[in-house]
Amino acid sequence: MNKPIRTISLFCLVLFLALMLNATYLMYVRSGELTEDPQNRRVITAAFSRERGAILVGKDPVARSVPSDDQYDFQRTYPQPFKYAPLTGYFSYYSQTGIERSQNDVLSGDDSRLFVTRLVDMLSNTDPKGGNVQLTIDPEAQTAAFDGLRALGEDVQGAVVAIEPSTGKVLAMVSNPTYDPNTLASHDFGSVEETYEQLEQDPAEPLINRGTSTTLPPGSTFKLVTAAAAIESGDYDAESMVPGGSSYQLPQSTTRVGNYDGGNCGGNRITMTQALSVSCNVTFLSLADELGNEAMMEQAEKFGFNSTSLEDLPGQAASLYPEMDEPQTALSGIGQASVTATPLQMAMVSAGIANDGVVMRPYTVDEVRAPNLSLLDKTEASELSRAVSGSTAEELTDMMVATVDDGTAYAAAIPGIRVAGKTGTAQSTESRPPYAWFTSFAPADDPKVAVAVLVQASETAREEIAGGTLGGPIAKAVMEAVLNP
Amino acid sequence: MSQNHSLMDFVHRQRRGAELFLLLLALAVGIGAYAAVGLGMEGTIPADIAGYGGWLTALIVVAHVAIRLFAPYADPVLLPLVAALNGLGLAVIHRLDLDDTAQCIDNDTFARQQLIWMTLGVVLFVATLALLRDHRLLQRLTYTTGLTAIVLLLLPMVPFIGNTVNGAKIWISVGPFSFQPGEVAKVLLVIAFAGYLVLHRDALALAGRRVLFIDLPRGRDLGPILGMWAVSMFILVFQRDLGSSLLFFGIFLIMLYVATERPGWLVVGTALFAAGAFAGWQAFGHVQNRVNIWLDPMAYYDQNPGSGQLVEGLFGMGWGGLIGRGFGEGAPCRIPYAESDFIVPAIGEELGLTAVLAVILCYGLIVERALRIALISRDGFGKLMAVGLGSIFALQVFVVVGGVTGLIPLTGLTTPFLSYGGSSLVANWVVIALLLRISDQARRPVPRLSATDAGSDSESTQVVKLK
Repeated sequence: MNKPIRTISLFCLVLFLALMLNATYLMYVRSGELTEDPQNRRVITAAFSRERGAILVGKDPVARSVPSDDQYDFQRTYPQPFKYAPLTGYFSYYSQTGIERSQNDVLSGDDSRLFVTRLVDMLSNTDPKGGNVQLTIDPEAQTAAFDGLRALGEDVQGAVVAIEPSTGKVLAMVSNPTYDPNTLASHDFGSVEETYEQLEQDPAEPLINRGTSTTLPPGSTFKLVTAAAAIESGDYDAESMVPGGSSYQLPQSTTRVGNYDGGNCGGNRITMTQALSVSCNVTFLSLADELGNEAMMEQAEKFGFNSTSLEDLPGQAASLYPEMDEPQTALSGIGQASVTATPLQMAMVSAGIANDGVVMRPYTVDEVRAPNLSLLDKTEASELSRAVSGSTAEELTDMMVATVDDGTAYAAAIPGIRVAGKTGTAQSTESRPPYAWFTSFAPADDPKVAVAVLVQASETAREEIAGGTLGGPIAKAVMEAVLNP
Repeated sequence: MSQNHSLMDFVHRQRRGAELFLLLLALAVGIGAYAAVGLGMEGTIPADIAGYGGWLTALIVVAHVAIRLFAPYADPVLLPLVAALNGLGLAVIHRLDLDDTAQCIDNDTFARQQLIWMTLGVVLFVATLALLRDHRLLQRLTYTTGLTAIVLLLLPMVPFIGNTVNGAKIWISVGPFSFQPGEVAKVLLVIAFAGYLVLHRDALALAGRRVLFIDLPRGRDLGPILGMWAVSMFILVFQRDLGSSLLFFGIFLIMLYVATERPGWLVVGTALFAAGAFAGWQAFGHVQNRVNIWLDPMAYYDQNPGSGQLVEGLFGMGWGGLIGRGFGEGAPCRIPYAESDFIVPAIGEELGLTAVLAVILCYGLIVERALRIALISRDGFGKLMAVGLGSIFALQVFVVVGGVTGLIPLTGLTTPFLSYGGSSLVANWVVIALLLRISDQARRPVPRLSATDAGSDSESTQVVKLK
């Protein structure tokens, strides 16, 4: 009977090998997939109870976990909820957004860089803790931006983004209307669902980070890109004479486009500097038409259009400069037609000009630290693209300074400091007010901060809306906050 | 013949010292796991660690001493494997007792009860070794055990004492005690099969028609297999217990194949069971349901009857990963019946793939030892019994672990020595005692043959010294 016993032994070996292979496949290979399954409440329940790391701005936490005495051990709290909600996002039982989502591995303690910490925790039998995330945000600038935007009214729809031109660090990112992430992090799940439903259905879209996710026509601020393309073409410089006048006949069309204030820009032939300074539509319509769609698109893409660049904050929408026909291309020169941009993108345009023509990749996470505060990772500044040559950047800077000193962007002027800026007022449909844009940087000779402001809708009367009057003072306040801490 | 001589001269060593050393390791697993549960769940080593550890040690020592006294040549690896598994199971059940989350709040004394059952198991283990000095005595009871097994299997169908738990009619209740007669029946069935087959193997081995290199059995010999098939189908249909049905028929088939050395029986048996199972799948919603869940567990997560239990187990094991969350850091209480059928996922969640593989290996070794005993056993009855008892573990572990890890459709069976449940634990301790008894007989030095007989056909003229 021994031969069949040996056969049975082999059969049993196969059974047990199958069990072991299947267990390995399930617990090792499929482990990640199972853990991420949306039906898996186990992971989220544990994460919810764990002491999550803090999100820090300067020395102060804008999100942290405090001990809680209900069924979960810790409660996530946001000490400055409204001001920082677009950055921190929220951490609810159901989902996460913002930094809470992008840095979830570090904050929850699951990051592979925290392996040693985790091992020590396991051996010493202490509960695992998450690491801390240090943001690049300058608290003064953030406050200035938030207060400035809110000064236009509690319900104003708009956003402010400030960048350090030499590194790409995001110094301020504010969006309004905003929300209180504390209400979504609550352990009372019934009220969380109710609040979420309410926020989700609010037509003002408070959950959207307008700084990175709202794309709108950039209006006259886009003239910076048109001017950059013109100078880069080699045919123009700051003193070149360009077409002015009171209106422009769109190619292949019967439409004539006038200037914003109905004026004639100071003559039929004006310098490029003056054209930018008075934000002359006629000049930039004809320049864009002359440069053509391809050159314009190339220049826009060098500044970051048609792609996304912010990697550590979810939800960035790509600013678009698509292929267009001739009349549309002409209109794109003044930031109309199909051109759309986020406030972050327009801040990158200013920052690129400020940084000798090099656009740095924007980032919001400066450092990642272990629970014991040892440094795990520090984001290195990296070059995104060279938008224009150094000399072009210099000429554009001088033109923007003139725009602040003698032109439409006067509202951003800071006494004793050379400020470079550009206004924008983008038309939308007749039925709704135009969007007010403003972008600037300072000091012009050694730029420390570049800002973009978008006011999408406010209580200001329609005829008073202009990029300079609405956005200028906010940009000025943010720049001052960075320059005079 | 000279080779035969050297074989005859080979004497197995007792290896009781090795067994004692392995038992120390097994105790370290059991008591260490208990301490780790205390640390993980309550932050301190449990106050009763000395009492608990002492009791566990005493049980193991008693079992070890019983082997030294009654079966000195028995296999030295089986008892340590069982001690380790039983100790780990106790610790995990204790961990679930300590959990106060909603699903686990009711069970607080399972580990205590399990320890009592283990004590009873060890008592029966010692009694089996002490009273049954030669396993061949059981051969006389072939038909008695067979009949008893059938009666036991039918008991849950009897009104008043039969008890339906989760759709399966496999329990009986007498007063406060409940009991799964199937656990005892499987041991009795193995004894009955072995006794029957060793007598009738020659007739059953006669070849019939030859199809594709395989000799199929003769039609007139199909009686026993058809009878056993009918019993399995009866269990499947009336007790709704797919696992036991598969287990009983599988054991019978394996023993039949070993007894007759005819692969043809495997073909006939597999075909019969496949046909029966297919008919069952066609006819019964609960079987279809099991198969559908197996094919796509995630899709049935929220349904009732659904795959919530299975999927929670899968989630738990996935979360445990390579080294597990550690005792107290997982959420095994999310899995209904984590202490019985789903104890392997509970182990996987908190102790990881490492522990699951170790557990599977322990079972693998138990089966390996059982089959080795069958190989070296000198009598047909012993061989068949050892194969049958080993196959119980192999099939049962495959069905339950394969079920909870999604390898095969889930069917309810206990995990030997790990799961909470008295009937299963006690029955399995007796199974181990029987295996050790056969092993002792097989490894014991062959009684000296008289000089005149030396060189003749030793197998047929062997004189067995009877006490």
